[in-house]
Amino acid sequence: MSADHTVNSVLPDEPEKATLEGKNKVLGFWLFLGGETILFGTLFATFIALRNQTNGGPTGHELFELPLTAAATVILLVSSMTSVMSVLAMHQHNLKKMQVWLTITAILGIAFLALEIYEFSHYVAEGHKMSSSAFGSAFYTLVGFHGGHVLFGVLWLITLQLQAIKKGLTVVTAPKFYVFSLYWHFVDLVWVFIFTVVYLMSIVGGKVG
Amino acid sequence: MKSRWQQLWRQLFLFGMLALFLAGCGRENLSALTPQGPVAEMQFSLMKLSALIMIGVFVVVILIFTYVLIRYRKRPGQDGIPKQVEGNHKLEILWTVIPFLLLIVMAVPTVTIAFDLSKEYTNKDALVVKVTAHQFWWEFEYPDLGISTAQDLYIPTGKKIQFDLTSADVMHAFWIPALGGKMDTNPGDSNKMWLQAEKPGIYYGKCAELCGASHALMDFKVNALEPAKFDEWATAMKSAESTPATASAQQGQQIFQKSCLGCHAIGAEGGKLAPNLTNFADRQRVAGILENNPENLDKWLADPQAVKPGNLMPNLNLKPEDRKALVDYMSTLKVYQP
Amino acid sequence: MSGHAHSHKRSGLWDWLTTVDHKKIGILYLIAGGFFFLIGGLEALLIRLQLIVPEADFVGAATFNELITMHGTTMIFLAVMPVIFALMNAIVPLQIGARDVAFPFVNALGFWLFFFGGVLLNTSWFLGGAPDAGWTSYTTLALKQYSGIGVDFYVLGLQIAGLGTLIGGINFLVTVINMRAPGMTFMRLPMFTWSAFVTSGLILFAFPAITVGLVLLMFERLFGANFFNPDAGGNVVIWEHIFWIFGHPEVYILILPAFGVISEVVSTFSKKRLFGYSSMVFATVMIGFLGFMVWAHHMFTTGLGPIANTLFGIATMLIAVPTGIKIFNWLFTMWGGQIRFTTANLFAVGFIPTFTIGGMTGVMLALPAADYQYHDSYFVVAHFHYVIVGGLVFGLFSGLYYWWPKMFGKMLNEKLGKWNFWTFFIGFHLTFFPQHFLGLMGMPRRVFTYLKNQDLDLGNFISSIGAIGMTIGTILFLANVVVAARSKKQAPADPWDARTLEWAIPSPAPEYNFAQTPLVRGLDALWVEKMAGNKGMTPAEPLGSIHMPSPSFLPFLMSIGLFIAGYGFIFEHHVFSVIGILIAFACMLMRSLKDDHGYHIEPDEIEEKGVKA
Repeated sequence: MSADHTVNSVLPDEPEKATLEGKNKVLGFWLFLGGETILFGTLFATFIALRNQTNGGPTGHELFELPLTAAATVILLVSSMTSVMSVLAMHQHNLKKMQVWLTITAILGIAFLALEIYEFSHYVAEGHKMSSSAFGSAFYTLVGFHGGHVLFGVLWLITLQLQAIKKGLTVVTAPKFYVFSLYWHFVDLVWVFIFTVVYLMSIVGGKVG
Repeated sequence: MKSRWQQLWRQLFLFGMLALFLAGCGRENLSALTPQGPVAEMQFSLMKLSALIMIGVFVVVILIFTYVLIRYRKRPGQDGIPKQVEGNHKLEILWTVIPFLLLIVMAVPTVTIAFDLSKEYTNKDALVVKVTAHQFWWEFEYPDLGISTAQDLYIPTGKKIQFDLTSADVMHAFWIPALGGKMDTNPGDSNKMWLQAEKPGIYYGKCAELCGASHALMDFKVNALEPAKFDEWATAMKSAESTPATASAQQGQQIFQKSCLGCHAIGAEGGKLAPNLTNFADRQRVAGILENNPENLDKWLADPQAVKPGNLMPNLNLKPEDRKALVDYMSTLKVYQP
Repeated sequence: MSGHAHSHKRSGLWDWLTTVDHKKIGILYLIAGGFFFLIGGLEALLIRLQLIVPEADFVGAATFNELITMHGTTMIFLAVMPVIFALMNAIVPLQIGARDVAFPFVNALGFWLFFFGGVLLNTSWFLGGAPDAGWTSYTTLALKQYSGIGVDFYVLGLQIAGLGTLIGGINFLVTVINMRAPGMTFMRLPMFTWSAFVTSGLILFAFPAITVGLVLLMFERLFGANFFNPDAGGNVVIWEHIFWIFGHPEVYILILPAFGVISEVVSTFSKKRLFGYSSMVFATVMIGFLGFMVWAHHMFTTGLGPIANTLFGIATMLIAVPTGIKIFNWLFTMWGGQIRFTTANLFAVGFIPTFTIGGMTGVMLALPAADYQYHDSYFVVAHFHYVIVGGLVFGLFSGLYYWWPKMFGKMLNEKLGKWNFWTFFIGFHLTFFPQHFLGLMGMPRRVFTYLKNQDLDLGNFISSIGAIGMTIGTILFLANVVVAARSKKQAPADPWDARTLEWAIPSPAPEYNFAQTPLVRGLDALWVEKMAGNKGMTPAEPLGSIHMPSPSFLPFLMSIGLFIAGYGFIFEHHVFSVIGILIAFACMLMRSLKDDHGYHIEPDEIEEKGVKA
């Protein structure tokens, strides 16, 4: 009978957990993120094992530029915050405010992607390619997998915006917004690790790393 | 009830099978059950210890199992409800603690032997042999002696052989069951292992890791010689020289130099892509599997793919008389007869 | 409002393609898994036929490698896993008193992904050759330089099927956590549900590793990446680690549900509650946990060094302790009981000594130095078949005989069943017992032939003869299925005088499972009521209208999309890759945008169907 709830009827404080379907969705998504953790963990392990195997090509120390990746980090961290704001707005049952925050989140996500595309094209020009070395393969796979997650998140966000416009905030749509913000936090968290393991360790570790 | 007899029958069957196999432990120079050196001996002792403990556990399980099945089967007309037992802490602790103790008994020799076997010896106390696995043959180099050979590994008895294992293509595994367990040959990396043979003889070696179509045919032989004879062999290998006497063999030598030398070396001369053939005529087998005689060599030369599918030896499409000449020449590639 | 629509009647093929009913999905899993089981069995027969005498020339070397690869891959991923999922789907929701699983749509999607992944993999036989690098696909053999297009089918097929398994696992985790009936606490869950729960947890944490492994292999083979190619700085051992970080938990993913089945069956047919229930739960969780700590015992000969080898060896031995607990608990469940030797119980009873042998050789294999001899020999082949066939397949047969009436409403024939058991049981031991000795006598595994004069002839001959016994057993089972299907006699709700909730409802289970959600008042919920003199469960709610999810064609369509994309990648026609992926995304989009209001079954309909309240 979940479908009977609408914005007009009394929406509970935490609309995402008001129905069994909503609870299932949130729990299932947490579990899914558990699996995703293993997925990225495996990619990180592969990267760490292969990060020095440059096959004569440029090393991370030579390639990576701190300002660029730091900017990307800031963008993504801010977007994590804006997605929190959207959930807060949802808990206040403020549809408009939620949509605004979601839109900002999407824009930041797109900005991040643009930076990443710029970064990758730059590397390719310097001879750092997927096929040039084991380091290249591991780098593009790990960072690219994350980028793919961001891209998916942005596309997902667009469909959620459509639903926000069409259906408003109900006990059916609320879990979707909530789960999206879980996803987005996760993607940001992964980036923090990428920033540390891939970029900082290469830049600071220098020739040793 | 029928099940009782079926149980009994099954026991008899299992014990029968066991007896059958314990009576014959396989070929002495192939089987891990007939250890021929200290490494295989240590491993066999570990197998016996663990098998003994495990059979002990199995006997306990089977005794309870048989008793329960016979004693507590539902009898005709039996009614009522059995006592619904929740558990028994004493028993449960018992069958948790006893296995722990048994594991400790096994763990101690496990650790010591694993470390013994992983020791690395230098050329002071051991003969160093570099093994490179190829699809589907084995290359053996003796860096300290400056010689190399293929397919037939010569080693001295009573001395540790320190292997340095790698691969030129895919992953293989180097295994001489009668002398000891196996080790993988990883492309791009090397693994260390030592073995030792006590008695002179020919031991069978195998590739144990799936490596392509002819994985099953990637056999090699280990020729263990008394130390003095091994030294003679090594000296002979260094000064090996083929002197074809007959006209046919001389023609064969020319064919060899034209068509084969690019991949196969004789002595220091020739390529390294395929087995070194310096002492080909001394070898146990052609291509690692066929008995080494002129007919089999001819068969191999006529169609290598038919003998060993997927191998890299091209079919030279030689005329039969050219093959004959080549076979005659290769039969002269003798280096050492003990 | 559409939310109050009544059940739309669908029938025939369309019903099966769109169903989201966990019971029907269970049957689909069983049919598809059974089909792949027959294919894998046929491959096994060809393998044994080739090895019946030395130097045989029945199938060629290259074909043989395809056969072993496909036999292993098919049996693990496409045969036993789906049959496990069949039982989990059919039984777990019933055992916890739920009307449905948590995500019916995802459940259907999981099935279709598995199915199309499996079909994709098997079409390799006709489209350029099956994978031939072994089910473990070790690099560099599995790289493009050394193996054919078959490995691409392996990579894409398993990726799609694995995705299905992963979401199936999540579905069962949430189902067990969130959907239990009132009173069904965790420590009252039937053992089968417990094992399904732990298995789902293992799936969640193990499958992402193989997903990554397959992605890396795919990138390497299709897009020129260099993870494993040592010539460009790659490392072959990384694949082994990733594969076994998945592969070892996978073994427990397989065997735990069998433990669950045996626990249910032994308890029911001894007419006793499970001995040491809490230690059984503890052992199950413990095995699942330790399962993640021991992967490197598949790699003792890789050259990890003595420290890693002994640590992983000892961790592996530790698994013997919880496993031993289980064996003794089963024995003492039977102790003092009234044991009935139905076919289901014969398989369960036959499981105990057989699995014990598999466990024994498992401990022997855990000793690294001794494993140098066992590794990659027929000893290992014997070991894992004792565990997977003697353990898991016996368990699955037991479960199928036990739950068949609940799934299909018909009883399997007991007489045929007993023949099935004995032929399969004897055939099994005949096939695999000699293989222990073949391995020790120097026979490596995965060899397409062996030379004469190596004393390996007799063992191989016996082994091949035994395979005939297993074949007969399997045929008898199929015959039994046909006999049951044609029989007019309807199975009663509780044919075995059993103990758990699924037996409180009619056979086969109605669409909505429970007309009224039951109130659970103890472990073995139905047995508790029986002992209290009640006819059935006490309801926890009044009779009311039941909300059901709508059927959907999207899971099927989405899987077709990925199926097409798979071929696009394999044959490097990326137009198809893009089209396929777009189809999949379009389905996701439709699912997301269109709310499923479901439909309701009203109380009068329930009563019409003659269901007791």
